[in-house]
Amino acid sequence: MQLKTIPERKMNGQLVVAEHEQYVSFMLGGEEYGADITRVQEIKGWDTVTRVPYTPNYILGVVNLRGAIVPVIDLRMRFGLDHVPFEPTTVIVVIRVAAERGERTVGVVVDAVNEVHDIPTANIQPSPDLLGGLIDQVFIKGIATQGGRMVILLDIEKLVNSSIGVA
Amino acid sequence: MTTTILAVDDSASMRQMVSFTLRHAGYEVVEAVDGVEALEYARGNVVNLVLTDVNMPKMDGITLVRELRRLESYRYVPLLMLTTEAGQEKKLEGRKAGATGWLVKPFNPDKLLATIAKVL
Amino acid sequence: MSVDLEMEEILKVFFEECAEGLQAMETGLLTLDASADRDTIDAIFRAAHSIKGGAGMFGFMEISQFTHAVETLLDQMRNGSRAVTPDAVQVLFQSIDVMREMTVLAEARQPIVSAHADAVSTLLAQILGREPPGAAAVTTHTAAAAPPPPREPEPAGWRIDFKPHTSLFKTCNDPLRIFRELETLGPLRAVADVAQLPPLAAMDPTLCYLAWNLDLTGSVLQPQVAEIFEWVDADSAIAYRPLVGAGEDEPAPLPPARLAGTPVPVIGVPAPTVPAMVVPVAAAAPSGAAAPAAGRPAADAGSIRVATEKVDALINLVGELVITQSMLGRFSEHYDPENLESLRRGLTHLTRNTRDLQESVLKIRMLPISFSFNRFPRLVHELSRKLGKKVELQLNGENTELDKIVLEKIGDPLVHLVRNSLDHGLETPAARLAAGKSDTGLLELNAFHEGGSVIIEVKDDGAGLNTARILAKARERGLVEPDVTPTNEQIYNLIFAAGFSTAETVSDVSGRGVGMDVVRRNINDLGGHVQVSSTAGRGSTIRIRLPLTLAILEGQMLRVGPETYVISLVSIVETVQPRQAHVQSISGRAEVFKHRDEYLPIIRLHELFGIEPDHREISKGLLVVAESDGKRVAILVDELLAQQQVVIKSLDTNFRHVPGLAGATIHGDGRVALILDVPSLIGKFLEGASPQVDYAA
Repeated sequence: MQLKTIPERKMNGQLVVAEHEQYVSFMLGGEEYGADITRVQEIKGWDTVTRVPYTPNYILGVVNLRGAIVPVIDLRMRFGLDHVPFEPTTVIVVIRVAAERGERTVGVVVDAVNEVHDIPTANIQPSPDLLGGLIDQVFIKGIATQGGRMVILLDIEKLVNSSIGVA
Repeated sequence: MTTTILAVDDSASMRQMVSFTLRHAGYEVVEAVDGVEALEYARGNVVNLVLTDVNMPKMDGITLVRELRRLESYRYVPLLMLTTEAGQEKKLEGRKAGATGWLVKPFNPDKLLATIAKVL
Repeated sequence: MSVDLEMEEILKVFFEECAEGLQAMETGLLTLDASADRDTIDAIFRAAHSIKGGAGMFGFMEISQFTHAVETLLDQMRNGSRAVTPDAVQVLFQSIDVMREMTVLAEARQPIVSAHADAVSTLLAQILGREPPGAAAVTTHTAAAAPPPPREPEPAGWRIDFKPHTSLFKTCNDPLRIFRELETLGPLRAVADVAQLPPLAAMDPTLCYLAWNLDLTGSVLQPQVAEIFEWVDADSAIAYRPLVGAGEDEPAPLPPARLAGTPVPVIGVPAPTVPAMVVPVAAAAPSGAAAPAAGRPAADAGSIRVATEKVDALINLVGELVITQSMLGRFSEHYDPENLESLRRGLTHLTRNTRDLQESVLKIRMLPISFSFNRFPRLVHELSRKLGKKVELQLNGENTELDKIVLEKIGDPLVHLVRNSLDHGLETPAARLAAGKSDTGLLELNAFHEGGSVIIEVKDDGAGLNTARILAKARERGLVEPDVTPTNEQIYNLIFAAGFSTAETVSDVSGRGVGMDVVRRNINDLGGHVQVSSTAGRGSTIRIRLPLTLAILEGQMLRVGPETYVISLVSIVETVQPRQAHVQSISGRAEVFKHRDEYLPIIRLHELFGIEPDHREISKGLLVVAESDGKRVAILVDELLAQQQVVIKSLDTNFRHVPGLAGATIHGDGRVALILDVPSLIGKFLEGASPQVDYAA
């Protein structure tokens, strides 16, 4: 399934924050998280992952994505949750972010993918410190309430880059 | 009927520059890297005008002009030399060999087009 | 293609030509040292001439102007009016450096300001016996000294008597064209003079018998008119008379008509020398200045110049592929079980075609190593001068081809190795004579293909590596335990250790010699190996092995437990089924395998990578004897799979470098297989590292 990405709008070189932002939301350990849709390239079905030595536990390995070698991160393990066996329905969320040398494509495994939320920027609040320390604050852009539920908005770019082992 | 120009120069960048200018003005351009290639092409094809550099390996521009004039089909095709500075001897030598005229390098695209338009 | 993009492409070609031209000039000048060969000087001149012309065309006036003096000097040398002196040659070398610097700036779209241009221009001017550019404004131009000409009345037009040579038409010059041009200056009246026209029967229609009297009205200056007649005036009789007032002639004196043969002032004549002009002696300045500017930055991965033969070969192969394809297509149309043999043959053809095609395409990225070697004659020439050593440089195998990227990246390491040889390896003439050698040292750069690799050797017949000194230094640095006696080979490899240097003095030539570890790392990064061997008093050889191509690897697939890996065939010495008798354990931990006469350390890949293998007993598995940097090891695996060519994919793109791995590849079944990097594996093995790393969360 390929999601359309909205080009970021720039005016005078400044990123213009739209009135609405779109997030792809997913479940992880009972919580709902959101990732900026412009960073989500596609959702891929589960594929054989080749294990790579000398990497942290939460890096499952690499997969072949149409000829590209893409690392896959298990977000549960990344956040210190215990590993849950993968099912045939487990999906890989393919993220594309800016990196030191151009761009980087990384796959991320979550519990389940939900839907795309259209979140008015006004609804986004800074995240309070008392989130329980599951994820480092630095990776959280903010909190939004959508349809009565709390969605934790991630800075997916920072999260992915730091997980790969680079700043 | 398109007008075809044969451009001869051993420098690829010069050839491409000339081609680029001429093509954008609507001319068809055939390129040759030296006199030998140009002459070979000319034996089987006629063009409307020939532009040739003077300093080339294998066969220089003046020899090329002389050889082209020996071809029946090229007796009345304008042949222009691309000379540097005001090398007078080369110009006269070229004229003696049968060249129609010359263009002094460096020339700008406008001058090139104007000169060509004059003789075509 | 947009206009801008097209111009960019053309400029790129121009800069490439400049680089080639400068290289040709340099190579030519180096030979000029020995003999003043006419053809060589001619070639150098033509290269400078081309660069100057091109620079002018593309608007790089600084380059064009600077090169003008160079061209003039070379022209004088080639027509014999000036001798080829060592001083002049030095200035020419410096000029090449300036030109190179300027072209690099021009290509980077930066202002073409070279600090050395002025100094070198002054030197060129001195040699040419002219005033340096920018010196006091004494313009003793031949014509301008006269007092301003009397103000002539503005002409109201010109009367031109134009009598062309009979052969005018034979050069495609048409009087009508000339008249049309004149008309753009003002109204024109032409009266033909038919006096020379022969009777019809005797007339040759290809000749021009006519002459004209032309009246051009308007305030036009003579040069404007003369310009229009420029092409034909050498073989025509042209007379000008200005028309004054109501169009009637005035018998005012005029410059005589320019007839064929009249000499025209030749531009470029050196201004008369002004002996009193004292030019600040800047001779010392440029030589001390920066070393020859590095050529165009090597990291231009954007384009490749390909020899047409390679493209032709490619076209032929694609043609064969098409034929094979249609052959197979026909088979599928007229299906006949009897023709199974035909199908098999067709498929064999196809396999061969695709393989040939692949090889051909890869060859496109290959360039001869001469591109890298060609900087060395100049380098050695200047360095040996600076060091006061006599060195003969021999380049062998310059046509050996290797991948473009490998070529670009091997340049700096090679420079470092050559500098080292010159600085530390080769002795001074006096020392050499004392040692019973000839006073001139020999430095060889050899390149050749071996197996699936390119071998490059840097060989000198100098003093060789001083094992005692290296060992002492290593012990000092704690790199070698006091009770360990390393073999000579192991001592040699110590020079690659980080921060290692036995240079007594830090010369500015090769620095502290700390570059050797960087050299090895660079070579390893390219998938290559480097080895050094030496004989005291006789010399040293550095041997570099590089893959032919970075894109494809001849690989041996192997399996450890559920995981599949690839190891480069080039690294494999052989694979053996080990007998327990040949396996020994040392002090309980390390295991070695007796392979022929050597004892090789056994690397348990499953332990290094944290995999569950089929068997832990060595005798139940296979040992792959691999070699790297002169070291041999035995890697324990479960099974050997197929040998095949694999396309190397970098892990860096989306992930990062992983120790022990050289990259990844995609198997036929779509799965990713990791490619092992033997040197790095050995490194990890020695570290005794565990396979899992915990990063800070």
